[in-house]
Amino acid sequence: MGEPSNLQTLLLGRLGWDAIPIHEPILVGTFVAVALGGLAVLAALTRFRLWGPLWRDWVTSIDHKRIGIMYMVFGVVMLLRGFSDAVLMRAQQAVSFGSSHGFLPPHHYDQIFTAHGMIMIFFVAMPFVVGLMNFVVPLQIGARDVAFPWLNNFSFWMTVFGGVLVMISLFVGEFARTGWLAYPPLSGIEFSPDVGVDYYIWSLQIAGVGTLLSGVNLITTIVKMRAPGMTLMKMPVFTWTALCSNILIVASFPVLTAALALLSLDRYAGTHFFTNELGGNAMMYVNLIWIWGHPEVYILVLPVFGVFSEVVATFCGKKLFGYSSMVYATVVITILSYLVWLHHFFTMGSGASVNSFFGITTMIISIPTGAKIFNWLFTMYRGRIRFEVPMLWTVGFMVTFVIGGMTGVMLAVPPADFVLHNSLFLIAHFHNVIIGGVVFGCMAGINYWFPKAFGYRLDPVWGKRSFWFWLVGFWVAFTPLYVLGLMGVTRRLNHFDDPSLQIWFQVAAAGAVLIALGIGCFLVQLVVSWQKREELRDHTGDPWGGRTLEWSTASPPPDYNFAFTPMVHDSDAWADMKRHGYVRPLEGFVPIHMPRNTGAGFVIAALSAACGFALIWHMWIPAALAFVAMLTAIIVHTFNYDRDYHIPAEDVIRTEDQRTRMLAQHV
Amino acid sequence: MSAHHEHHAADGHDADHDGGAPHSTLGGYATGFVLSVILTAIPFALVMGHVIADPAWASLALLSLAAVQIVVHMVYFLHMNARAEGGWSLLALLFTAALVVITLSGSLWVMYHMNHNMMPTMHQMHEMP
Repeated sequence: MGEPSNLQTLLLGRLGWDAIPIHEPILVGTFVAVALGGLAVLAALTRFRLWGPLWRDWVTSIDHKRIGIMYMVFGVVMLLRGFSDAVLMRAQQAVSFGSSHGFLPPHHYDQIFTAHGMIMIFFVAMPFVVGLMNFVVPLQIGARDVAFPWLNNFSFWMTVFGGVLVMISLFVGEFARTGWLAYPPLSGIEFSPDVGVDYYIWSLQIAGVGTLLSGVNLITTIVKMRAPGMTLMKMPVFTWTALCSNILIVASFPVLTAALALLSLDRYAGTHFFTNELGGNAMMYVNLIWIWGHPEVYILVLPVFGVFSEVVATFCGKKLFGYSSMVYATVVITILSYLVWLHHFFTMGSGASVNSFFGITTMIISIPTGAKIFNWLFTMYRGRIRFEVPMLWTVGFMVTFVIGGMTGVMLAVPPADFVLHNSLFLIAHFHNVIIGGVVFGCMAGINYWFPKAFGYRLDPVWGKRSFWFWLVGFWVAFTPLYVLGLMGVTRRLNHFDDPSLQIWFQVAAAGAVLIALGIGCFLVQLVVSWQKREELRDHTGDPWGGRTLEWSTASPPPDYNFAFTPMVHDSDAWADMKRHGYVRPLEGFVPIHMPRNTGAGFVIAALSAACGFALIWHMWIPAALAFVAMLTAIIVHTFNYDRDYHIPAEDVIRTEDQRTRMLAQHV
Repeated sequence: MSAHHEHHAADGHDADHDGGAPHSTLGGYATGFVLSVILTAIPFALVMGHVIADPAWASLALLSLAAVQIVVHMVYFLHMNARAEGGWSLLALLFTAALVVITLSGSLWVMYHMNHNMMPTMHQMHEMP
């Protein structure tokens, strides 16, 4: 810009010691805690000589099961970050009344609500959903891995390094103060001249590449690699929802990328796409971002609908009621999700015909969703229901999500939206569907597939505690927000004058404490289950009496998933095989062709994050160097011909014999 | 059972070749090339020779020629037809086309409405009677 472009500016850009927030006691405390925790982890890795295994078996792994597990771990870590933001907000709003201004100045508070929203959607919900799809889909369709195993590893690391950039913003510089979708003109260079929005843009662009590629990967996997006999209408419902969700990813994420690219041009190159000078229009950004944003909602929720379908069928011991209507409902939602985006900005000046069109499409999209609820209920009707932890989450979801859906239909009425837009009612509504739908679904999925992933079940006692704290905590935290929203309280406020509102915020804060206990119980559940792993061991590979193919192999599955590709004759393939007296083949094993691990994905993703960091701080020389290094790493990787190997038949025989012995001892 | 093995193994580098890979011919490429040259030459001629006076109609003509050009590329260079990849290519194309139409026409409609209802700018107010 106007500065002299000497070498120091070219090298360090805007970065200086003043970027380190030593004047913020909360951040310094967090930094100390993170640094000590990080050092402890590093020391433990060195002490137990785990660096080698970590690199060989996990970081470079292209096994879809390990990548799926790593996505879930990443999601849990980011959940803790996003949730601590939520606790800070709830605490601030509970105390910041009248003469008290709480402990968070507006400048810091605004960063917190932006980070909370953005992290929870992109780095908690997305990794959870993508992780579940990654782990489960190849197993459900009887495949040995995804279609492009290396790309899968690369996608994962791009997502992680996007998250790493957000985390760096905590301690170096600051984050955006714009709200989680960074609307211009506030996010433009004039009103946000600092690095916050740049952190936002580059972390999303990097993570977005990962999401898009994993979408391509899973679509190809589902279309091309299903076991023989598994026609589309015999696919498990989770695979169907995964297919539709990934189609939505591939169709909608480029719109986000383009919108953010135009915003970066406004910020970096002085263009005016989204500012009023020279004919730009900020509303175009809002329009584009919601053309991505509404499908995104269904990207998150469709796969968890699939989880609930699997869980309900398994724990009621019945075929899912209305399989084909479930599939058609999913496909209809996929299409309709592109026809409703304007309901996010009814109040922004469109006329009656536009608003009523989008209001009606929004009401229509609730019909297939309602059909799904009835399908689950009819599956439960006269089923032999076992209230194991995944089933509890499912019932909790049905009760919670229906109410969230109904407040959504209220918001779909444009005149009502004019009253409720940007109020806490809206906040309560979308937390109602995202927590009640996506989070509950991911918890159901984690409890359901954990024994498949690790070979032992999760402890049900702590699982039930976690469920009840979450469920009660959710309602205690968000019912007050519904009430406040109806009274007209708007979102994102850092201070209130009316003391009569305070009690509602205090109740909501108590709800956040209950949810914290729910998360705590989940973490305890992981530890307790590990300690009791012998007692909770799954010897059969089919701990719940499952119906789909993932339960036909061992827990945890061998590297190659299936020694022989299963033949599918009916939907619910594994239930069908069990019914017809399936006998596991004990001989005739052959070598199995598998992809080989590679570190290229990690390296390329790390370099792209370095490039992003340099661009954020206007460090032009390091940015150019990192970009060239990234291109070089990509080209070098194309010359890596050592991409596959065969698991020798003896190894397959050894693994399968071990399973035969285990089955003989315990069944 | 094992005949399907290699087919379903997760192959790192060699692609799956069944599923109707297209067979390209020189004649096909030549036809495609000639068609796209013609479809490029006509718009240039229209613009440079000022053939159509009304700019609205001129841009409409250009856009429709561009749309035809896209179809030519898809058929002759990308070898798309109703049978490729067992119909998945066509399905994906129709889905994409539907979404692009929704996105573009929807955005135009929405933005037009917003402009129409927006408060008049200072410039427009000066021109008001």
